Amino acid sequence: MNILEANHLVKRYAEHTALQDVSIAVPQGQIYGLLGPNGAGKTSLIRIITQITAPDEGTVNFMNEPLSPVHHQQIGYLPEERGLYRKSKVGEQLMYLAQLRGMKEIEARRRIRAWLERLGLMDWADKNVEDLSKGMQQKVQFIATVVHQPLLIILDEPFSGFDPVNSNLIRDEILELRRQGSTIIFSTHRMDTVEELCDYVGLIHRSRKVLEGKKTDIKNAYKTHIFIVETDAPVAFTENGYEVLQSEQLEGAIYRHLIKIHAGTTNGLLQACMAQANIVSFREQIPDMHEIFIRVVAAHSN
Amino acid sequence: MNNIWLIVQREYLIRVRKKTFLIMSILGPILFGAILFVPALIAVFASEDNKHIAVVDKSGLFKDKFENSKSLTFTMLNVDIDQAKAALKEKKYDGVLLIPAIELSNPQGFTYFSEESLSPMTKSNLERTIRQQIEELRMIRSGIKKEQLDSLRAKIDIATVKMGKEGEKASSSDAAMAVGYISAFFIYFFIFLYGSQIMRGVMEEKTNRIIEVLICSVRPFNLMMGKIIGIGAVALTQFLIWVVLSLGITIAISMVLGLDKVAEARAQGQLEQLQQNPDMANAIEVSDAIAAVASINVPVTIAAFLFFFLAGYLMYGAMFAAIGAAVDNETDSQQFMLPVSVPLIFAIISLSAVIANPNGQLAFWLSIIPLTAPVVMMARVPFTGANWELFLSIAVLIVCFVGMVWLAGRIYRVGILMYGKKPTYKEIGKWLFYKA
Repeated sequence: MNILEANHLVKRYAEHTALQDVSIAVPQGQIYGLLGPNGAGKTSLIRIITQITAPDEGTVNFMNEPLSPVHHQQIGYLPEERGLYRKSKVGEQLMYLAQLRGMKEIEARRRIRAWLERLGLMDWADKNVEDLSKGMQQKVQFIATVVHQPLLIILDEPFSGFDPVNSNLIRDEILELRRQGSTIIFSTHRMDTVEELCDYVGLIHRSRKVLEGKKTDIKNAYKTHIFIVETDAPVAFTENGYEVLQSEQLEGAIYRHLIKIHAGTTNGLLQACMAQANIVSFREQIPDMHEIFIRVVAAHSN
Repeated sequence: MNNIWLIVQREYLIRVRKKTFLIMSILGPILFGAILFVPALIAVFASEDNKHIAVVDKSGLFKDKFENSKSLTFTMLNVDIDQAKAALKEKKYDGVLLIPAIELSNPQGFTYFSEESLSPMTKSNLERTIRQQIEELRMIRSGIKKEQLDSLRAKIDIATVKMGKEGEKASSSDAAMAVGYISAFFIYFFIFLYGSQIMRGVMEEKTNRIIEVLICSVRPFNLMMGKIIGIGAVALTQFLIWVVLSLGITIAISMVLGLDKVAEARAQGQLEQLQQNPDMANAIEVSDAIAAVASINVPVTIAAFLFFFLAGYLMYGAMFAAIGAAVDNETDSQQFMLPVSVPLIFAIISLSAVIANPNGQLAFWLSIIPLTAPVVMMARVPFTGANWELFLSIAVLIVCFVGMVWLAGRIYRVGILMYGKKPTYKEIGKWLFYKA
C-alpha cells in the first residue's frame, strides 16, 4: 500500500513554477529517496506534503484519505534549515513540540526520556539549547521529529553537518524506525546515503518528476551490460557480440577487462572468456545512483 | 484550537519567568509613584528652606511691609549697612536687604547681601513686596486715599479658577483629565512595549529556523494568534501587578507623609509653582484628581479601558507580527515600523489638544479612526462617559482589528518562510493573494 500519493501537483510562485504536474507514490514501510539538483522543487513538494503550503493544482492522499490537518500528528518533518529556541531548555522544548503534535503530557514525557537516553542526552535535558554543541542540537532536532511516533517521517538532508559518528548513529535510528513500520522520505543529493538506505527513489528535475521507482528496478533499467572480467591472460573477441572496451594488467599477472555485450548472453561471454584464459573474477558493472542521477539530469537538461 | 492554548501557555510562561519581567513589575509602580509624589515632596522640602533676612530701610517707607511667612523671617534693622553686614558675617542672618533712601519716581539701588545666592522664588517674593509698596505710595501721592485704595483691591485666588467644563465641578474635570491621560498613556505604552515583543518573538522563530518545524504541526494563523494572545496576557498581568503595587505604594506613602502634609504643600506651592512649572502643576493636579476619581463613571471607564487596551493591542499586535514575519532582522524592521508607529505617536501628541476640548472635531475624528482610537477615545471616556460616539468608535475598531488580524495572518504565513532580501511593500501586497 502507498502511504502517500501525490497526484499532478502544480505549484506556481510569482516568478517561476516550482512544481509542474508532479506525481509521486511512497509505499508504506519503505525508505523513499527524493532526489534532485538544488532548486528542482524538492522543498516545494515537501512543503505541500507537510501542509505548510497548498498546491495550486493536484491532490495529495495520505493513507488513502485526502491530506488534511488531522494528519499533522502522523507526519514528522525535519527541515533542511532547522533550529530550536536557543533560550529554552531541551526537555521543555521537546515537550512543547510533542504536545503541539497532539501527544499527551505523560506519554510525551516517557517518550522524550527514552529518546534522550537513547541518544546520550539525558544529562542535557535541563540545559538551554544554546549550551549544546551543534551535534547535540541536531540530535535534539531529530528527537523532535520522531518523538510523536509519526507514520511518515520526512527528513530533508538529515546528515548535513553531522560528524561521521553521529551520522552513523542517526542512520541506525532511521533503519530502526523503518523496522518498526515507519515510512521515511529522504530528501538529499548525497548519493551514497541513497545507495545505502533507500528502497525507492524519485528524481525531480526542473519542477518535473523525471524518474521514480524501486531502486533495484531503476538500477536494472540503467544497466549498461558491461562486465568486469579478470583473467590470468588477455582475452580478445572476433565476434561482433562482445566488445572489449578497456583492458589493463594488474599486479600479479591479472588482466582486467571491461567487456560490453552487444548481442548474446552472460553465459556466452563467460564461455568465450573461458576458452581463452582462466577466470579470476566475473561481475556485472551496475551503475551507481550517482551515475544514474547525472545521466538522467543531463538527459533532461536540454 | 487545542494547540493555540499550548502556544499561549508557552509564550506566557517564558516571559513571566524572565528576570526582566520581575524587574519591570517592581520598577513600574516605583516610577509611577515617583511621578506622583516627587513634585509634592519637592514642594514640601523647598518650603522648609527657612531664611532669616535683615532689612535695612534707609527710606523709612517699608515699615511692617515685610510679612513673615513660613519660609521667610524678616527683621527690621535700624542700623548702618556696615553694621548689618558685620552681623551677616557673624551669621546672625541669612541675608541683608538694603533699601536705600529712594525717590518714589525713580526707585533704584535695592541690594541683597548674602553668602548664598538668592533663590528665584525668594527674589520674586521680595521684589513683589517692594513693588506693591511703591505702587501703593505712588497712588496715595497722586491723590487716592488709603481707604479708596483698600476698597479697590480685589482678592483673587487663582488656584480656584479652573478651566472646568460648564456645569461640571472643577475637581471632577481634573479627575477626568488625569484618568484620561493616564489610561491613554498606558494603552500607548503597552501597545509599543508588548507589540515590539511580538515582533521580536516572531523574528526570533524565523531566524532560529524553528518556524518550519512549528508550522508543520500548527497552522500559521494559530501560531500567530497564540503568540499575540500569550504576550497580551503577559501585558495584562504586568498591568495588574502595577495597579496593585501602585495602590499599595500610594497608600503607604500617603500614610508616611500624612495626606495633610501633601495637601499643605499643594496649597502653598500652587500659586507660584503653577506659573513656573507646568509639569509640577500637572503632577499636583494628578494627586488632586486621585481623590476626586469617584466623580467619574468608573464602571464605564474600566470597561472602556479593558476594551481599548485589548482591541488596540490586538490590532497593533497583528501588525507587529506581520512586520516580524516579513523581515529577517531588527534593522530591516525599522522601515515597516515607521508607518505603524506614526498613528500611535500622533495620537499621543494630540492628546493634550483632545483633552482640552474632548468634544471637538479633532477629538471626534481621532476617536473614530481606528488607528488612533484606542489612545484618543480612551482619553475622552472619562469626560464623555458612554455615548454613541464611544459605541461608534468601538464598532469601527472591532471591524478594523478583525480585518487587520486577517491581513496580518496572510502576510505572516508567507513571510515566515521567506528568507534573504528585505521585501518591498509591493511584494508584501502580493503575498496577500498567495494561496496557502
